[in-house]
Amino acid sequence: MQNGLRQSPDHDSKDHAVKLTLNQVNFFYGDRQALFKIDVEIITNQVTSFIGPSGCGKSTLLRCLNRLNDLVEGVRLEGTMLLDGIDIYGPNVDITDLRKRVGMVFQKSNPFPKSIYENVAYGPRLHGIRNRGRLDQIVEEGLIGAGLWEEVKDRLQASAFGLSGGQQQRLCIARALAVKPDVLLMDEPCSALDPVATAKIEELLFSLKQDLTVVIVTHNMQQAARVSDWTAFMYLGEVVEFGLTKQIFTTPSKKQTDDYITGRFG
Amino acid sequence: MRAPFKKFLASGNVFIWGCAAGVSVSLLMVFGLLLLIVINGLGYFWTANIVELTLKDKQHVMGQLAGREVIPRSITPDRPEGKSRLRVKIGNRDIYGLDFKWVNDDQIASETYPPDIALLERREWGNMYARIKAVYKGETLQAEGNDAGWIALAPLIDTTNALYQQITRIERIEIGSINTDIEQARLKIRALEMGAAPDTRERGQIDGLKAQVAAAESRYQEKTLELDTLRTQFNEYSVLMVDANGREKQIPVGQIIRALRPNEIGLMHKCWIYLTNVWSVLSTEPREANTEGGIFPAIFGTVMMVIIMSLAVVPFGVLAALYLREYARQGIMVRLVRIAVNNLAGVPSIVFGVFGLGFFIYAVGGTLDTLFFPERLPTPTFGTGGILWASLTLALLTVPVVIVSTEEGLAAVPREFREGSLALGATKLETMLKVVIPSALPGILTGLILSMARAAGEVAPLMLTGVVKLAPSLPVDGSWPFFHFDRKFMHLGFHIYDVGFQSPNVEAAKPMVYITTLVLITVVVLLNLTAIVLRNHLRKKYAGSVL
Repeated sequence: MQNGLRQSPDHDSKDHAVKLTLNQVNFFYGDRQALFKIDVEIITNQVTSFIGPSGCGKSTLLRCLNRLNDLVEGVRLEGTMLLDGIDIYGPNVDITDLRKRVGMVFQKSNPFPKSIYENVAYGPRLHGIRNRGRLDQIVEEGLIGAGLWEEVKDRLQASAFGLSGGQQQRLCIARALAVKPDVLLMDEPCSALDPVATAKIEELLFSLKQDLTVVIVTHNMQQAARVSDWTAFMYLGEVVEFGLTKQIFTTPSKKQTDDYITGRFG
Repeated sequence: MRAPFKKFLASGNVFIWGCAAGVSVSLLMVFGLLLLIVINGLGYFWTANIVELTLKDKQHVMGQLAGREVIPRSITPDRPEGKSRLRVKIGNRDIYGLDFKWVNDDQIASETYPPDIALLERREWGNMYARIKAVYKGETLQAEGNDAGWIALAPLIDTTNALYQQITRIERIEIGSINTDIEQARLKIRALEMGAAPDTRERGQIDGLKAQVAAAESRYQEKTLELDTLRTQFNEYSVLMVDANGREKQIPVGQIIRALRPNEIGLMHKCWIYLTNVWSVLSTEPREANTEGGIFPAIFGTVMMVIIMSLAVVPFGVLAALYLREYARQGIMVRLVRIAVNNLAGVPSIVFGVFGLGFFIYAVGGTLDTLFFPERLPTPTFGTGGILWASLTLALLTVPVVIVSTEEGLAAVPREFREGSLALGATKLETMLKVVIPSALPGILTGLILSMARAAGEVAPLMLTGVVKLAPSLPVDGSWPFFHFDRKFMHLGFHIYDVGFQSPNVEAAKPMVYITTLVLITVVVLLNLTAIVLRNHLRKKYAGSVL
């Protein structure tokens, strides 16, 4: 309670196994340091949200978790990131396997220019599933998991671009679910959506966390308060405060956090 | 006065007008050019009526009116200013030497269109405009007089045309295949003899082959005999024609392709003849140093060359662009390569021709010949110009276009697609093959469209790498292996140059130049349309914003 870090959850949670451990993580784009000494533990089957003003490093942090930042030239990471106790940046890690375990949903929905079915089947096909019946089943499960099945089951072969914005975003969630990840990273998944579509996705998060661990980056503090069990407030590349959502939003221990969530800056 | 002008300037209207004027001038030029080609080209197929002019000096001129023009430098007393003259196609090149005659307006006493003049389309010497005097079988008279002769002539022409087809078939296909057999057997014999001294088994083979050659040669003799009989029949009948001034000329019926009396024919029938003329130009081979007959081999050569070029240029250009855009480390080196590629597009095409000659024909083709066809040397097989080398040279010429537009297509693929795919655990290659390249296909096809348009119109490099004014056979035919990439070919662009500027009979060649141009443009447009339809289909498939 004093420093706000590593709070033990005092509500009705299960085993509180730690899924991801970030230990003294520094991250650099060339010479520019973007993340400073991040220490966070993300608990299995819970929703953890990262909030903070634009440019504070939330998305960078998220993209470190599935090594999508590797695509950028000249990046460097210090410290350790453990997934189930194994270093994500370790020498023996297969990035393909890592990304299969750590799925991601982006800010802008990005369905491929293919049919709805092909979008969801894309991941499983990559990982070697060819059997049509098996694929059909995975696609159905994915779409059900993303709450889209009832809306699209009659037009699976139609182009994904024919869907509305919210449906496209849920299709992207279904696509990520189809590879059966342990962790789902969501980078401001609702920022381009209207309130109704946003509400649907937020509902979805409650069912998703039964099976996997969700890390969500959001601008919207009400959203963080509604959906997450844990919240980290980031500012200028540092985690200012991390703790149970209830605490962060009711009794923040840092003034900066208080200022941000009460709308005095940011 | 000045203030409103300033205001007008500031409004930007001048700029808009300038832009509009630029577009209008370009469009006018394009459509003007097309119109000129279309009018001159399509006019050629029309069978005009035959005019008979009686001149003041009692001479007669008979032929088709080809145009009226102001007499150049018509200011001297005998050519008063502003007077015009007629250009008449008088044909009968074997009698007069020239197909065209110019008749000044003031020389003409009368102008009539008698219905009994015949137009004979001939295999040699061009058209004949004359009346029939008599029809002979050998030395015996069959029919006498213009009308009786006309009635007797029609079935004879049908017979000789059928015979002509039969003769051509025997010459081309039957004797052609016998010749191929003999040639191949001889080459095998040579290959066997070329090595060390032949052993008994090889000698047995050689004897067998020699027997084959002898058998083929006797078959050849039979065919020649058959041909001789057919040729005698073909030349059995002849017709005695008489021109406007009473000069007589006897020609074999076999020389006549078609006989018409244009002045008798109704409009509907003439339209039908128009269509048959169009078809015959598109589907037959050239005659008379390319100034008459059809342009089919040139159309075929052009299309085949463009297709081979496309097959070569697309994989090549796409792979290069993929490397430059997706794999190479972006830096000074890649920038230099890109500049070099762009500049390659500006190298004069004849330079590519010289390169094609030196590299493909002499180096690659020469090596292929020594490795695979040593028995044919010193006659080159691939070591001489051919459709394959010409197509590859053009592929080199157009590869910068494909690289540039593929790179643009790749750059336009949203980053979200790539990240979405990578985040699902796809490797870079999988992402490339399944998401990026399909999305960049429209861009790739744009490059292909541009390169096809450029390649189809290119002539200079082809002249060094395999185009000829008259190819004896098409690059595709019925004899094994069906596609003969080593063969020389004809090309519409070169045909224009050859007919229009290398022909001894310039006036007669003019319409052919327009027609060939029209066909070339049509071929380019059709090839492009195919690619455009394909591209639009793909655009529709991969269309859509990323929200």
